[in-house]
Amino acid sequence: MSEGATLERAPRAAPAADLPPALRRNAPLVPTDSSASRALAAVIAILTFLAALCAGAAEIVASSAAQWQGAVAQEVTIQVRPNPGRDTEADVARAAALASATPGIAATRPFSKAESERLLEPWLGGGLDLGDLPVPRLITVRLGSGTPDLAALRQRLAEAMPGVASLDDHALWLSRLSTMANTVVGVGVAVVALVLLATGLAVTFATRGAMAGNREVVEVLHFVGADDDFIAREFQRRFFRLGLRGGAIGAAAALAALGVGGGLARLWRASPAGDEIEALFGGFAIGWRGYASVVLIGVIASIVTGVVSRVTVRRFLD
Amino acid sequence: MDVRTDRGAGGSLLAGMDEPVVRFENVGMRYGVGPEVLSDISFTIAPHSFQFLTGPSGAGKTTLLRLILLSARPSRGLVSVFGEEVSGISSDALTSLRRRMGVVFQDFRLLDHLTTYENVALPLRVQGRSEASYRAEVVELLRWVGLGERMHVLPPLLSGGEKQRAAIARALIARPELLLADEPTGNVDPQLGRRLLRLFIELNRLGTSVLIATHDYGLMDLVDARRLVLGNNRLRVEG
Repeated sequence: MSEGATLERAPRAAPAADLPPALRRNAPLVPTDSSASRALAAVIAILTFLAALCAGAAEIVASSAAQWQGAVAQEVTIQVRPNPGRDTEADVARAAALASATPGIAATRPFSKAESERLLEPWLGGGLDLGDLPVPRLITVRLGSGTPDLAALRQRLAEAMPGVASLDDHALWLSRLSTMANTVVGVGVAVVALVLLATGLAVTFATRGAMAGNREVVEVLHFVGADDDFIAREFQRRFFRLGLRGGAIGAAAALAALGVGGGLARLWRASPAGDEIEALFGGFAIGWRGYASVVLIGVIASIVTGVVSRVTVRRFLD
Repeated sequence: MDVRTDRGAGGSLLAGMDEPVVRFENVGMRYGVGPEVLSDISFTIAPHSFQFLTGPSGAGKTTLLRLILLSARPSRGLVSVFGEEVSGISSDALTSLRRRMGVVFQDFRLLDHLTTYENVALPLRVQGRSEASYRAEVVELLRWVGLGERMHVLPPLLSGGEKQRAAIARALIARPELLLADEPTGNVDPQLGRRLLRLFIELNRLGTSVLIATHDYGLMDLVDARRLVLGNNRLRVEG
């Protein structure tokens, strides 16, 4: 600045090309790189990871339960009890014929006496002569595409062979399975909601801390003519980025964990442990809906972070 | 250097703009339940005027500036800025009044994580303008205050004089109608202090009302300007 300089003499419109090429011109107004920021990103990442794992687990249970329900609901069972003085084989054949005659039934398959006895082996052990025991006989009935009138079939069986043949449509089992699956999904949703709430609270405290730590920045911004909305937007931008980073890391870790879990389950499929896992989870795969919900949780965590920080700043400034 | 400034509304080049930029009537100010630090303060700052605010350390110069800046509210009395009475002013109106003022703080208050360029551009950026729209203006002013080669530097690496000039450039960039400066020459050598004073006088000639808080009598003696003197919590106008 020379002594004689005047505002009028100041050079006109300096070409932008004269700017140093490395000049930083639009850095965030709220300082971003601090240990508190990293800690908050880590907290968001961990919470997102837990919520995403929980959602993935709920999705596995829900889809497995749906598979089971689909498979079980396609079949009903007719049970024929041996009755002294009655020809059980004839009863089985008659019950199968009645079922086959019902519209909407795709197929019937009576279990032979030997097959029925074999069903008891897991409980009674092998090598036993069960010939003298009155082992009930089963007929599996596969349902067709229509909706067969099972109530009418039950009625006809009861009339034809009272106290001998009965129809089990697995309704009780299905309702229990459905209740269990719904409970698991409900708990999953509740845990995800709790984790998002915890994220919101963590962000509230972090924003308050950041406001207190950046009091000078906020004051200067006010003095140079920034309104509260502008300041809130700057804080929101900063926290949304942090949330996005934390959410992305957490969701990626959860996807990796679910992927590794699925891989291990496939590796162990042939082993007894794999059989147990398969029996419990019906295949350790979450499908596109599961992956989408994991990604969605990461995105929601980021949005919650941005919105909560903005609301907190507005309250702080008011 | 003895310079006459446009003193008061009488020297105004623009007719019809004689409403005071700042008007205090019987203003009292206390912090909490303590004694009044300012009592019965009454004065006006006319458009295009140049004045000093002086008084011993602790006399309340900074408090008076805060009242004008609307970062403190008076305990009693009436403060109006740009014709608007400030008690119960809305947040939006407050922002628009502040955008018509420029302020140079004693401790500069540059944001340490922003470059000199970003600091000077701040008043334009917070108005929502795009960086491309103000780039030329900021570069021009930075070059004019001698910081053309330092625009990429962060404030902690600037010398005291450079910080001072960056703070002044930030106060000027939005072409304020009122410039408030708190001890603007307190941290620089006398020669730079005189150059900064010339800058303020130049601004005043272009139409900005200027209020410089200082207790540097040597500096004040260089200019024939009105002096608002604070002492014993009261204000006396000299000249």
